Amino acid sequence: MDFDIRRVFERLPRVSRGDGSSSETSGESSDSGATVCTDGGTASPSTATPSTTTDETDRVSRLRHSDFVQAIPFWLPPAILVGLFVYGAVSWNLLISLTDWSGLAQPEYTDLTLEMYTQMPGDPSFVAAFRNTIVLLIAFTVVSLAVGLVLAILVDQNIRFENTFRTIYLLPMALSFVVTAIFWSWMYNPSTGTINVVLSTIGLDFLTMDWIGDPRTRLAAIIFALTWQFSGYAMVVYLAGLRAIPDAHYEAAKVDGASTFRMYRRVIVPQLSAATTSAAVVLMVFALKAFDFIFVMFGDTPGRSADILAVMMFRVAFSRTEWAYGAAIATVLFLMALSVVAPYLYMQYKRGDL
Amino acid sequence: MTATEASARDGLRDRLSASLERFDRQRVALYALLVGLVAFYLSPLWGGLTTAFKTQTGFVRTTPLAPPTPEWFTVEPWELAFQTVQGGLVNSVTFVVPATILSALLGSLAAYGLTKLSWRGQVGILVLFLAGVFLPYQSVLVPLRQFWSAVGLESWLAFAPFLAERADLIELTITHTAYGIPICTILFRSYYKTMDDEMIEAAKIDGASAFGIYRRIIFPLSLPMFAVALIYQFTQIWNDLLFALVLVSTRSNYVVTQSLNELQGSMSQEYNIQMAGAFIAALPTIVIYVVFGRQFAKGITGAS
Repeated sequence: MDFDIRRVFERLPRVSRGDGSSSETSGESSDSGATVCTDGGTASPSTATPSTTTDETDRVSRLRHSDFVQAIPFWLPPAILVGLFVYGAVSWNLLISLTDWSGLAQPEYTDLTLEMYTQMPGDPSFVAAFRNTIVLLIAFTVVSLAVGLVLAILVDQNIRFENTFRTIYLLPMALSFVVTAIFWSWMYNPSTGTINVVLSTIGLDFLTMDWIGDPRTRLAAIIFALTWQFSGYAMVVYLAGLRAIPDAHYEAAKVDGASTFRMYRRVIVPQLSAATTSAAVVLMVFALKAFDFIFVMFGDTPGRSADILAVMMFRVAFSRTEWAYGAAIATVLFLMALSVVAPYLYMQYKRGDL
Repeated sequence: MTATEASARDGLRDRLSASLERFDRQRVALYALLVGLVAFYLSPLWGGLTTAFKTQTGFVRTTPLAPPTPEWFTVEPWELAFQTVQGGLVNSVTFVVPATILSALLGSLAAYGLTKLSWRGQVGILVLFLAGVFLPYQSVLVPLRQFWSAVGLESWLAFAPFLAERADLIELTITHTAYGIPICTILFRSYYKTMDDEMIEAAKIDGASAFGIYRRIIFPLSLPMFAVALIYQFTQIWNDLLFALVLVSTRSNYVVTQSLNELQGSMSQEYNIQMAGAFIAALPTIVIYVVFGRQFAKGITGAS
């Protein structure tokens, strides 16, 4: 290797003394250190007059300019892929949703119409799927956050084998929707499934039912299974949040004589709002993507009682080849995601996290 | 029994009961709750595993979570399931590995270009990348299908029949690479932000090019983040069904989630075979998760 990383370290102090500038172009040798190292200003010879400051900004902007040019090959190819597949595809989808394309022919982009969107309110299966999506989105997110918070607080009690417990609670996230759908359709089987067998074993026979066969419990059963899969995610986010709270806050609450429950409710949980927000956004996106799970459990004709927009979109577009209508449903999904994510990203941007 | 022996035993008993008193009741409740939750989180997996070792009559006649008795024990479901999903396993490996590596590499390059080489407007581009993380894939499916049929990859690859036959999988590789770039960029960016700039500045003084800096400083230093990104991407791409449903139409190119879905559909009541298939398909991600748990957790929380 002709380029030794240790040499870079060795060079640092020399540069900061202000005599390593010969490799750069400008005549003002003394102030070049200021742009390349953190303490350059104090260590360089005291030629700091107003004129050198302007030279410095000049130099900085020239460096920045060369950085800009040099950075292009690194971010441009990935940006083209992202631009093409994300933004190009979303725009194209919007365009398709404005046509009346269906069947095997090619779409015609000449005669654009909002018909696909105006027919939505009158389509009972769309209304049902929309309602289910909203219910799933909110119920799943709230339940998963609550379960995740409880898990995080339990795991945070200085317990032994903490790693093992955490690993097990997070394990379902490593599995694919296909695998978890297979597990849960077995769990919910009315005669041989674990849920009903356990219920009748502990004497709750009257609660046993065909959880996913019955339209009244189907959505709740899906939410329950999804919570099993993703509550570990909320736990991990909350654990990071809990660990960031200084011990002094716990101690202050203890000194004030607060019970453990009161301490968490009044002192600790209110400080977890940032964790709650970011976990909620990601969980909602998971819920919008829960296609695979429902698709494997029910195929693409689940009936209205558990139909969500993600599944309906696939059925409408790919099974019934009503491409334009499918694209319009997809746009609705996109707007739902955007309405959750855009405020979140803006908030992060304002906080300076970007 | 001598007096000393008896008193020694009394002493031991005293100490034992004292420590039992000290043993907080709340503590016992806490551990009971934690273990109960473990049972809940593991029950589908445990039930699946026991079911996969039972004969068809076995799992109907026995309690779902009970281990198989010798009478009902069999490994046949595993053999049958493996026959169905083995082609999918091979196809998945051939496209998941390149897509994983490519998306991690491109993400790291993008993050370097957008973090370590600073220029105005980089935040704007970053926001565009970040938004891609949250994209519901449904909103690109129809154009995706249109795009790939317009490209006609198969005819481009006509010179190499081996590749032309697998055009579906190549499309899948490129698609997953593109959609993996945003999250990888975010992961590497959060890592590069904490990295000290002094070394890079010093290397610049040494006359190293931007690419030289990446290759000799940034890349070696980001190996821990590569572990995170590769694990995250592997899991995500391996587990995906949606893109495969849209892009893979030839049966011989079915990926593992597709063949598992087929297995589930064709053997709807034979849970033992389904379960065995589910475990075979999930094995790579379970192994990765158990071995690299910390990196896995870092990956999934990276976007938040």
